[in-house]
Amino acid sequence: MTVLLEAKAVAKHFGGVKALRDVSLTIRQGEIYGLIGPNGAGKTTFFNCMTGLYIPDGGGFDFAGAPLVADAPHKAAERGIARTFQNIRLFANMTALENVMVGRHVRTAAGVLGAIFQNRATRAEEAAIRQRAEDLLHYVRIEDRADDLAKNLSYGDQRRLEIARALATEPRLLCLDEPAAGMNATETEELRDLIDGIRRDGTTILLIEHDVKLVMGLCDRVAVLDYGAMIIEDVPAVVQKDQRVIEAYLGA
Amino acid sequence: MSKWFDPRSTFGMLLIAAVLIALPFVAALGGQAWVRIVNFAILYIFLALGLNIVVGYAGLLDLGYVAFYAVGAYTYALLASPHFGLHWPFWVILPLGAALACVFGVLLGSPTLKLRGDYLAIVTLGFGEIVRIFMNNLNAPINITNGPQGITLIDPVAIGDLRFSGTSQILGISLSGPQKYYFLLLALAILVIVINQRLQNSRIGRAWQAIREDEIAAKAVGINTRNLKLLAFAMGASFGGVAGGVFSAMQGFVSPESFSLIESIMILAMVVLGGMGHIPGVILGAVLLTVLPEVLRYGVGPLQMALFGKMLIDPESLRMLIFGLALVLVMRFKPAGLWPSPERKRELSEKRTGAA
Repeated sequence: MTVLLEAKAVAKHFGGVKALRDVSLTIRQGEIYGLIGPNGAGKTTFFNCMTGLYIPDGGGFDFAGAPLVADAPHKAAERGIARTFQNIRLFANMTALENVMVGRHVRTAAGVLGAIFQNRATRAEEAAIRQRAEDLLHYVRIEDRADDLAKNLSYGDQRRLEIARALATEPRLLCLDEPAAGMNATETEELRDLIDGIRRDGTTILLIEHDVKLVMGLCDRVAVLDYGAMIIEDVPAVVQKDQRVIEAYLGA
Repeated sequence: MSKWFDPRSTFGMLLIAAVLIALPFVAALGGQAWVRIVNFAILYIFLALGLNIVVGYAGLLDLGYVAFYAVGAYTYALLASPHFGLHWPFWVILPLGAALACVFGVLLGSPTLKLRGDYLAIVTLGFGEIVRIFMNNLNAPINITNGPQGITLIDPVAIGDLRFSGTSQILGISLSGPQKYYFLLLALAILVIVINQRLQNSRIGRAWQAIREDEIAAKAVGINTRNLKLLAFAMGASFGGVAGGVFSAMQGFVSPESFSLIESIMILAMVVLGGMGHIPGVILGAVLLTVLPEVLRYGVGPLQMALFGKMLIDPESLRMLIFGLALVLVMRFKPAGLWPSPERKRELSEKRTGAA
């Protein structure tokens, strides 16, 4: 299988705290890759380094065969890395549909002059943006909430909307930061189906998750972080039985 | 909007057009001073809609907006007055003033890209003051702006032989100077309304709103926040520049006094009070904040005489007192503005009926 993303000895520290110690891992095209670990293990920091929110202090990333120069977050999205946030970050006072339409920004081109003069190309592009956004809302099954403000959506729908917005950027790698946090069993089950569906439709997924059951059932391979260092990267069945992982979670 | 009147219907459009055409003639019945007040209301609509791009759409709190107004005004004043002996036509100077203001917009924008909210407000406030102080002091060693005395005898707008100062006959109708400026301003205002409207529902407008709502999330979906913020500053500034040019021509006189901090605050108040990011709201805010002080100016004196038979409070102080109180009350009871966008209004009504 081809490698989509390769992290090479990524290091990040905040003052004296080493949040990431030379983390290396590879995500293959078409898989669901799980990244787990106890609170504060460095999962989100790894995410932020990859998506350009943080600049790593050491190491780097290769994405789709070329180095990922993630010095600005919008460049990561351009390259095809989309993400959701642990604490949902939607455009609260915009409608659900507008939120997804914003996601099309990076794949469209209309500028100020196009907007002012409303030439044919701009109008066609705008119609295509709207159509695609509607399709995506349908895809995550919240099309009936299209005209509601994002902040008025239920928690589960907000999670779905955030995923739809990320998908609108046409990512090759979709990174989900604890998508099941705060969800009940039914919602988690629905989310599981959604993530599985996205992978089947061809998008590689990196999943950070606390819900070990969800991760083990869904992921093809799992990496475990503890105190900023990776302790194992393998298929779920192996990871589950690993003594170091059990220690990390339960305490030695 | 109620059912019997739809502004988007042909009848609605015609009615609005008729009112707008009749307005300067009706206002003239109360004296040319009222036509001037109407003109200033439209000028402030223009300014407020320019600032609306920066504050309402992109969410960047700009307290130095008047600086761009000043740049436009001085550009016109210097290039069309005896001060340098230059008398360029307005259709050259207005775009030039807009372009220059645009450059200043980028100049202000670039060092403030990482700032938000309060911090950005303070930096922009400083910028506005710097521009005003420059205007005040650039009379030595080389006299550029003529300092606090300002620049006088600025050329009025002229199209061919038609000068906008003084009365002239057009198609058999006698039009005073302010009435002619009214139609010029109206045309410009319609232009800025259309531009605002189209930007709002465009890829760029949505990106601005996304930055306003959540900058980190905006970056994560691939929006180049740096360029888009600069664009917002530049566009807002160019509208300020055009407004300044028209102001110069209309008044025939500019001095640094016209560009004080209170002007910036008033324009910002128009945007916020009317309904940030909502075009009809911003227009309403601009009209109210321009016309209300004038109505009070003419109203509070006679009212006191009628009620008490004597002047109890100096009308000038009372006027500003009432005005200030009105602002406080609006913000207390209508925090989203007098005429907020439909989304916000719907949200309020949803709350009222409960989550059905």
